Amino acid sequence: MNQEEAFETFKSCAVEVLQVTPEQVVKDARFADDLDADSLDLVELVMALEENFNITVDESELEGVETVGQAFDLVIGKVG
Amino acid sequence: MSTVEKEIRKRTVGSSSSPNYGIGRGSSIIGWGSSLPDLVVTNADFEQRLDTTDEWITERTGIKERRWGGTTCSLATAAARSAMEMGGITADQLDLVILSTATSDQTVPATSALIAGELGYSCGTFDLDAACAGFTYAFVVGHSMLQSGLNNVLIIGCDTLSNIIDKQDRSTAVLFADGAGALLIQATTGESCLRGWDLGIDTSALHLLWCEKQGFITMEGKEVFRKAVRATIESANSALEQSKLTSSDIALFVPHQANKRIIDAAAQRLNIPEDRLAIVLDRTGNTSSASIPLALCEAADQGRISKGDNVLLAGFGAGMTWASMVVRWGK
Ligand SMILES: CC(C)(COP(=O)(O)OP(=O)(O)OC[C@H]1O[C@@H](n2cnc3c(N)ncnc32)[C@H](O)[C@@H]1OP(=O)(O)O)[C@@H](O)C(=O)NCCC(=O)NCCS
Repeated sequence: MNQEEAFETFKSCAVEVLQVTPEQVVKDARFADDLDADSLDLVELVMALEENFNITVDESELEGVETVGQAFDLVIGKVG
Repeated sequence: MSTVEKEIRKRTVGSSSSPNYGIGRGSSIIGWGSSLPDLVVTNADFEQRLDTTDEWITERTGIKERRWGGTTCSLATAAARSAMEMGGITADQLDLVILSTATSDQTVPATSALIAGELGYSCGTFDLDAACAGFTYAFVVGHSMLQSGLNNVLIIGCDTLSNIIDKQDRSTAVLFADGAGALLIQATTGESCLRGWDLGIDTSALHLLWCEKQGFITMEGKEVFRKAVRATIESANSALEQSKLTSSDIALFVPHQANKRIIDAAAQRLNIPEDRLAIVLDRTGNTSSASIPLALCEAADQGRISKGDNVLLAGFGAGMTWASMVVRWGK
């Protein structure tokens, strides 16, 4: 999977879980401020990402992750 | 299916030989009842005492108020009495009574012994503890005793979690509460009311939810949340599979009432629409073993289920235990 395809998958997870439009899911969007996501929305997003990318993400790895770009980098780092 | 799901699935479906669900004696649920303490604690009450808001609690959990008070014996006895009255069964007709609880009133004797004293029965009785998943465990155990010859089996789920929370800790005090619910099952010549079930545990979650003796509940909420959603889905699917049913055959889904967000996430993935969900947690909070029977009894009292309907019960608890079953509604 190349980066673009991966981002499309990421985007569709975010759109479904956070109930936002695809246009809102850009790399510098902040989950809390721009996407109106609370802490449990992020937990659900991570669950969807784990399932779609076949990865596991520990709660501790999510510390400091505040933007779409940061979360995407974390995922890409695991997909390889 | 993800690897995580496959792993859970392998465990839930199990490698041991499958029991013959539903074969043998028939059974029917002939009575139900529930009980809550009088004291209502609202989110507004917490706003007065703790650094929290109604908005935070409602959005994160779906809980608006909960009940605190009573003893495990008093609440359980009241629920049991209602179930017996509805079923027209007197204490001397009972063959077995199981109390599912993690909050026994004292260490010795079992709280079920106190309930026996209150209700006046002398049949076999014991407490069973599988944390918040306990009610379904107790039902499956009680039902198998019925299939091996007993006629009237009473299953009670009751917890008084207000005794094991730090009421100053906003992260747990707002969640947990007290209540009781009971079901009375009777042997019949017809079909079995228990169509399929699934019990299990994932000990990788052992440390996530804990309470020392004389201590208070501590919890890693986010990890519990994730595991709870997955355990509920996987276990519910296993119980459906054992029953040879799909979620479209289910008239009512009664999940463990811990958090509305967990329930919604699970229901969505199980393809169960909102109008087939039983919810009481907005008024009861998380009452552990009582949560499923409280929600089930309310739905039954409201006439939301009728004779022959398939009802799916699914829960999880500290351990992390899980338990699901499909029952054919009686009465
Ligand atoms: C408990 C639960 C609602 C907490 O939500 P969460 O988003 O995970 O919240 P966290 O625990 O990460 O806390 C996030 C912040 O909210 C705060 N917070 C916790 N409870 C709060 C409350 N009642 N009011 C306001 N803020 C609260 C925390 O202190 C934390 O603040 P900080 O960021 O300044 O440290 C959620 O994790 C949950 O429901 N999990 C499942 C638990 C469950 O079902 N248990 C029963 C098993 S039978």
